[in-house]
Amino acid sequence: MTEDLPRFTLLQRLIHWLMAIGILSMLFIGVGMVSTVTETHLALVSIHKPLGVALFALVLIRLFVRLTSGAPALPAALPEPMKLAAHLSHYALYALMIAMPLLGWGMLSAAGYPVTLWPGATLPQILPESRELHTLLWNAHSALSFAFFALVLLHVAAALFHALVRRDGVFQQMAGGAR
Amino acid sequence: MSDPIRSSGRSTVVSLAVIALVVGGAATAFAYTAGWLSPDRLTPAKMTDAFAPPGGPALGHRRNHAKGVCFTGTLEASGGAAALSKAQVFAAGKYPVVGRFNLGTADPMAADGAARVRGLGILVRTPDGQQWRSAMIDAPVFPVSTPQAFFELLKASGSKEPDAMMSFAAAHPEIAGFGGWAKSAPFTASYAEERYNSLNSFVFTNAGGEKSVVRWSLEPEATPVTVSADELKQRGPDVLTSEITDRIAKGPARWTLVVTVANPGDPTADPSKAWPDDRRKIEAGKLTVERIEAEPDGPCRDVNFDPTVLPAGVSVSDDPFPAARSAVYAVSFDRRAAEAAHYPKSAK
Ligand code: HEM
Ligand code: HEM
Ligand code: HEM
Repeated sequence: MTEDLPRFTLLQRLIHWLMAIGILSMLFIGVGMVSTVTETHLALVSIHKPLGVALFALVLIRLFVRLTSGAPALPAALPEPMKLAAHLSHYALYALMIAMPLLGWGMLSAAGYPVTLWPGATLPQILPESRELHTLLWNAHSALSFAFFALVLLHVAAALFHALVRRDGVFQQMAGGAR
Repeated sequence: MSDPIRSSGRSTVVSLAVIALVVGGAATAFAYTAGWLSPDRLTPAKMTDAFAPPGGPALGHRRNHAKGVCFTGTLEASGGAAALSKAQVFAAGKYPVVGRFNLGTADPMAADGAARVRGLGILVRTPDGQQWRSAMIDAPVFPVSTPQAFFELLKASGSKEPDAMMSFAAAHPEIAGFGGWAKSAPFTASYAEERYNSLNSFVFTNAGGEKSVVRWSLEPEATPVTVSADELKQRGPDVLTSEITDRIAKGPARWTLVVTVANPGDPTADPSKAWPDDRRKIEAGKLTVERIEAEPDGPCRDVNFDPTVLPAGVSVSDDPFPAARSAVYAVSFDRRAAEAAHYPKSAK
């Protein structure tokens, strides 16, 4: 049924899906941990920090792979505005994947908390202690996390639209599977 | 290749419905996780709001224990607790401390004599880059057994219903322990004459991986001198702040850090219950307070004495309070930091 489009490399697909699970988990863990006073709060915080930092490492690898392996072209039949929307939204997703962990790490630094990933493993402080800086980064981390979730929903809707309605092979570029 | 859109009209509708279901389902799950669909969930924000006096919170200040004064000093560990915890802070040595004497009130302008509960926060840094933060109070037990009950206590004590406290006490008989202390314990006229207790229990893990459940206290070297509540009030609204400032200007004040180890079966999850007196006690070191600094320009103002900031070798126990405190102190910190303009450094 679908156009025979080239795929993302196996490594790119692997990282995409790993990070998709990771980022979705982070968004749920984030809003969950700030909304409860039970022991779940500490359990979620103790996942949020190391997972967020691991995802930061992954996105750096991902960017390197993207710059060296490139991306397959979208179908020629896809209208230009849709291509533009796809490209812009992908830039925004990359920007958020890079910004969110840095904001989290930065805001903890600015508040003077040790950035403890697990007992005994502490990241260096990346910013000086400052109430103003903390507030700026904290507001950004919180507001951007909601923007991130909205964009992911849009991205998923678009992916499924390609898969189920257009059936144009774009979904398979990332999903692999039968052509 | 002709038209890429090959699905028929009917299957397109089904596909769009599937997409709407996936996106709508994810959004609903997110809203549920965030608590937006559960108005009864006790959130850290709600708990923080519950401390506010009728006129609203004091902007820029801590939402509880709002009045305080900073100190710096040292913790000189004796090595006595090193067999229980592998944390460097318990290995013999001297470690710098930033701390804060404070009063259990949401009003930073409260008269010192009006506060029943006095507290002390410490942040100890060790050369391995780790930190130990603890916030303790002078009461020997906490008023209630659970964070949820503490929220209800805050609601009841702020309530206009005449019998709100009566019915709270009936539902939470454990409050009698704290209530008895609050009614009968004598006042002193100095932060230096108080004993400060962790109340919450924590787990110590030693180098061999063995665990013990502990609580700790700071026992004053200074002999407590009793004053009546009335006399304390007459000495002025800032008697404790000026007393400790004068005292430390003349020479340091000291406390002994005592770690108490629970026996199996002790109520480790309930800070409203004291452990029997005969439990093993270990002297872990001495806290020396060397310098007092007023809060606006002091090193403690922007510190969150979050009791879950712990070095490896100390961790939370089955006591539900530290998790709740961590969540609520963070909200209090986030808010007061955002209100920095309301509490600037002094114009020196
Ligand atoms: C992919 C990366 C990340 C995502 C998607 C993410 C997402 C979130 C979300 C959704 C929240 C709740 C916001 C709110 O409801 O106000 C949150 C809060 C938080 N995040 Fe992250 N986060 C990420 C990385 C990090 C990292 C790396 C750290 C620290 C090392 C971090 C530290 C925090 C903290 C401390 C909070 C609580 C803030 C508060 O005091 O309210 N985050 N995050
Ligand atoms: C939750 C977090 C997710 C993030 C951060 C994310 C991010 C991205 C990014 C940045 C790209 C562009 C890749 C590039 O050009 O280098 C991409 C492509 C893609 N994503 Fe996701 N994604 C997520 C989840 C999902 C999910 C759940 C699906 C499927 C339902 C999906 C399906 C796709 C598809 C089909 C492509 C290929 C688009 C194309 O060929 O241009 N993604 N994703
Ligand atoms: C669920 C129970 C509790 C809640 C919700 C609560 C709430 C608070 C809040 C909001 C602050 C201000 C935090 C900041 O802005 O930095 C605070 C400070 C403090 N709390 Fe608690 N607290 C609880 C239990 C306890 C217990 C059990 C103790 C003592 C053993 C305690 C002792 C203190 C002390 C000493 C401070 C002052 C720390 C400082 O100087 O910054 N609290 N509490």
